[in-house]
Amino acid sequence: MNKITNRQAVCDTLLKLAETDRDIVVLCSDSRGSASLKPFAERFPEQFVEVGIAEQNLVSIAAGLAACGKKAIAASPASFLSTRSYEQAKIDVAYARTNVILLGISGGVSYGALGMSHHSVQDIAVMTALPDMRVYLPSDRFQTAKLIEALMQDDKPAYVRISRSATEDVYDEHMPFWLDKANIHAEGSDVTIITCGELVPYAVKAVELLEKEGIRAGLIDMYCLKPLDEDTALAAAERSKLIVTVEEHSPYGGLGSLVAQIFSAHRPKKLLPLSLPDGHIIAGTNKEIFAHYGMDAKGIATSVIQALSEV
Amino acid sequence: MEQLTNIANRLRRDIIEMVYQSSAGHVGGDLSVIDILTVLYFKVMNVSSERVNDPDRDRFLLSKGHCTDALYCVLGEKGYFDKQEAILSFCRFGTKFIGHPNTDIPGIEINSGSLGHGLSVGVGMALAAKMGSRPYRTYVVLGDGEMAEGSNYEGMMAATHFGLDNLCATVDCNRLQISGRICDVMNSDSLPAKFREFGWNVVEVADGNDSDQLVEAYEKAKDCKGRPTAVIAYTLKGKGVSFMEDEAAWHHGVMNEEQYRQAVKQLEGIIT
Repeated sequence: MNKITNRQAVCDTLLKLAETDRDIVVLCSDSRGSASLKPFAERFPEQFVEVGIAEQNLVSIAAGLAACGKKAIAASPASFLSTRSYEQAKIDVAYARTNVILLGISGGVSYGALGMSHHSVQDIAVMTALPDMRVYLPSDRFQTAKLIEALMQDDKPAYVRISRSATEDVYDEHMPFWLDKANIHAEGSDVTIITCGELVPYAVKAVELLEKEGIRAGLIDMYCLKPLDEDTALAAAERSKLIVTVEEHSPYGGLGSLVAQIFSAHRPKKLLPLSLPDGHIIAGTNKEIFAHYGMDAKGIATSVIQALSEV
Repeated sequence: MEQLTNIANRLRRDIIEMVYQSSAGHVGGDLSVIDILTVLYFKVMNVSSERVNDPDRDRFLLSKGHCTDALYCVLGEKGYFDKQEAILSFCRFGTKFIGHPNTDIPGIEINSGSLGHGLSVGVGMALAAKMGSRPYRTYVVLGDGEMAEGSNYEGMMAATHFGLDNLCATVDCNRLQISGRICDVMNSDSLPAKFREFGWNVVEVADGNDSDQLVEAYEKAKDCKGRPTAVIAYTLKGKGVSFMEDEAAWHHGVMNEEQYRQAVKQLEGIIT
């Protein structure tokens, strides 16, 4: 079982890049510990900015730095970053098109039992709604590292949500990666599961369960929510009887909505969207929460079998 | 060399033309802030339309972005673009001269419009200068009504924490906002004390429409080391047009033809 978290993968990647790139600036809002960015702050103190518990300030200062040539990475819990500082993300980052990566740590229900204040299950909806804001939910540490490396090569805004706990490895360091191109794990004529973020390992296991049942199941890791890899989603719709989206997000405005939008415009297709509920989320670890709402491997497989019987 | 006061008054005439032709804009605040902008652009700041992308140019942010009409007139006068084009196309269909600052206009540093952002963005710009040992200074102009936005106080705190003596904030204190007197709407009084409490060097300008007083204040700001400076400039909203002065209704009032002629007559009477 992998013990290296995605946030640690971010820090390791930034440590490597900052060796040769003095323009990289990491900003935290009393979040260097929870973002695993302490090693960066210690190794490159002159490229690290601590703003205290002030997420609005975090994002605006990052934008100001970026407007003067820096490559700014603003790290804060996804819950606060995506809503407390949403206006700053809208105006100072998206509208101003500044070179800022908004890094939402401990995303989704990572904080488990801490309650709705600490959940970020609206972030895909709000961030994808901003013009010029790209949105990514990488799955494992390898994909996270590749994504951060790729994003540091350009000068456009992005929102990246990562989880708190270590995610099981899905890839290895030699994984293929193209920015804004989904990773296809398997192709299946019966069903294709489209998911992202830390739910990808659960979906991998769900595919194994479905294969045991004689169901030909495909799996797409749609880590790029915006721009969504439409071609890959539409090709899956072409070859599969059913599409299932699984996401650690509210039922509104997330992966399911984005995929449905593409299908309704280009290729009407039966879609089963699995998500967290629109309402109070039960307390527990993220694993317990996923199981409760039928988003673990068994839950996904059960829903797929049921939906296929109705196709 | 032309006197700063006269430049500001000529720009007042341009502002009146711009807002009358477009039936848009925020004329009251334009007329209160124009002396501040004129002093900064024609005397204080190291900026030039020939060095738009110079990494060492001073940075200017109009946090009270709704007064971009005044800023367009200043930038046009400085040669960043054809001022007449700005005056005639302001807020019209398809124009780049929209009602808030945007970077399609040469000389504008960042897209803005929402209040309470400029100070924190300015902190980032000033920090970037410190990190890169760049000599440029960052100037942010805010409105006193804008000081009700809580985000300003996050920016104020950070500016002192980082010792940003290369950052200068000016508050255009015209004491009025869209709904009426600031003291009635949400009292942001005692701004000097607030800034001082946050560790800022504070320079008060008794008449913020007086060029000489403003120049003196910005010289003091440049001399202050180790902490940022706030210039609290007490201005008159609608300054220069008698029927607009100190009237909240002229925050974004639109002139009829008679009012327009009267405003032009008054301003042309003081331009030398």
